[in-house]
Amino acid sequence: MSLTQTSPPAPKLLYRLISAVALLRESPVGMVGAFLVLFWVLVALLAPWIAPFDPNSTILPFAKPGTPNPAGGTFWLGTDHIGRDILSRLIHGSRTVLFFAPVATFSAYVVGVVMGLYAGYLGGRIDTLLSRLSDVILSFPVLVLYILVITTWGNTGFNIILAITFASAPGIMRIVRGLTLDLRNRDYVAAAQTRGESTWHILLFEILPNARGPLIVDACLRLGYVIITIGVLGFLGLGLPPPDPDWGGMINETRSMALVFPHMTLVPCIAISSLILGFNLLADGLREISLRD
Amino acid sequence: MLIFAGKRLGALVLTMFVVSVLLFLALEFTPGDVATKVLGPYSSEEQRRLWLEANGYSAPLLERYFSWAANFVVGDWGQSIRFKVPVSEILWPRLGNTAILGIATFAVMIPLSMVLGILAGMREGSKLDRSISVTSIITTSIPEFASAVFVVAVLVFWLKLLPGTSTMSDGFDPIQLIMPVMVLVIYDFGYVTRMTRASMAEVMTTQYIRTAVLKGVPWSRVVMKHALRNALIAPFTVIMLQVNWLLSGVIVVEFFFAYKGFGALILEAALNKDIFLLEACTMITVFVAVTSQIIADIGYTYLNPRIRFA
Repeated sequence: MSLTQTSPPAPKLLYRLISAVALLRESPVGMVGAFLVLFWVLVALLAPWIAPFDPNSTILPFAKPGTPNPAGGTFWLGTDHIGRDILSRLIHGSRTVLFFAPVATFSAYVVGVVMGLYAGYLGGRIDTLLSRLSDVILSFPVLVLYILVITTWGNTGFNIILAITFASAPGIMRIVRGLTLDLRNRDYVAAAQTRGESTWHILLFEILPNARGPLIVDACLRLGYVIITIGVLGFLGLGLPPPDPDWGGMINETRSMALVFPHMTLVPCIAISSLILGFNLLADGLREISLRD
Repeated sequence: MLIFAGKRLGALVLTMFVVSVLLFLALEFTPGDVATKVLGPYSSEEQRRLWLEANGYSAPLLERYFSWAANFVVGDWGQSIRFKVPVSEILWPRLGNTAILGIATFAVMIPLSMVLGILAGMREGSKLDRSISVTSIITTSIPEFASAVFVVAVLVFWLKLLPGTSTMSDGFDPIQLIMPVMVLVIYDFGYVTRMTRASMAEVMTTQYIRTAVLKGVPWSRVVMKHALRNALIAPFTVIMLQVNWLLSGVIVVEFFFAYKGFGALILEAALNKDIFLLEACTMITVFVAVTSQIIADIGYTYLNPRIRFA
């Protein structure tokens, strides 16, 4: 109750959210993307309630899709080589990817946005230094970078987030820097400067909100890439440590048996592709709408 | 022009230097591991220490780095711990294999994405445009390991057309190259197609195209003669930058198909903390990546005379 009383802009925010969804309706592609993303978000949120089995308990190895479990229930998508229910692992695996991907992307954004705003607004030596630094990192094939970080410091969730931040922040910085260079000469920035606002106030409250359009589209695309990255790391055996389900890891563990039991490998492949597709379609829809205005 | 090339070359050397130092430092954080990898987990502390000393790992970091750097510059890239042969002996054949894979991929991807991009951008918003755009989003959304699984499922499991791996164990076999190239093309062509489409669509809105259409030039001639030359400038840069993408992509694909290439070698070197091999591989990666960017920049100015070197 107290929350609604102390936050008057809430209805406005709600209204804006609804109008954003209404805008998205104009792009069928964006709607499909939003639907896919929403589907997986719901699956991840409801995982403990909708998963038919414990994702890590070994019940019946090598069951084909649709096999009934002798102890009750059905393995709708079959089981893997050590008898874990694939559907349950898939459902719980969505939590892993939908936790680490947004957190890593957000962390990369925090670093990249701060660097970009600073470099673009102040220019000078800091700008040169940060731009050179990001050139060095960007000239490096990303996957090699991830592999080096993970093999050197170990495959913990924190290191994966760290590696993604390190590799993605320079790209974000470039975009933000470009937008800031354009926005810093606007009248409202000059007005804020005249008012005597601090540099950080101008950067975070005057420039950043006005740069949000391209950044939201970029964030959607980048989320897709980050999901690919997490999947690739899992696939190469450098992902999160077992036994917790992780889509890339599921593919890696079962692909040697894919010729005999293709369902074990195909199912997580379809899942990860559909989630990435969701983000990419959403980004395309948002871009289309933003260009129309 | 010379100044520009010199500047970029300097940046290349600087990047390689920074990366090599960072790599040395990174591997320094895990000191005992090299010996454990070589001697096995059941080796004693004493054995590991002796091995580290015998192989020059106990010298100070700076000394080791500079002796490595000096040797690297004159072409002595050290001994691979994993393969127990000089680094250059294992590196060049692997790089050659990956070059074959890369060239084959580009040979398929460039014409395909160019044609699709031009067809889509020619009439923006048409049904053809929409379907090509959506297709390219879908294919770019499928990670390489997933499309590899799909391709194997269809071609090997279902149709039983091709062998499942590309080890090239009985000599070079072009048939084994089909699936790796296919997977790389599926992942990569969408991006280049969309860039070509965007560039083409932009050119089609210009005044000179409108003039050409209005004065009655046939549509095919408008596209081929007037639009294409200007529309293909941007995709050229994009394609050169794809080299960098490909260097990442081959790691997954080579690992998946057990192809004995450079990407699989990097992965193996990193997993085994094979420092000399890893340094050499990384230097080559950075060299290829930065050189392709320099070529992209220089080529861009040749194609677009409105841009001059600053």
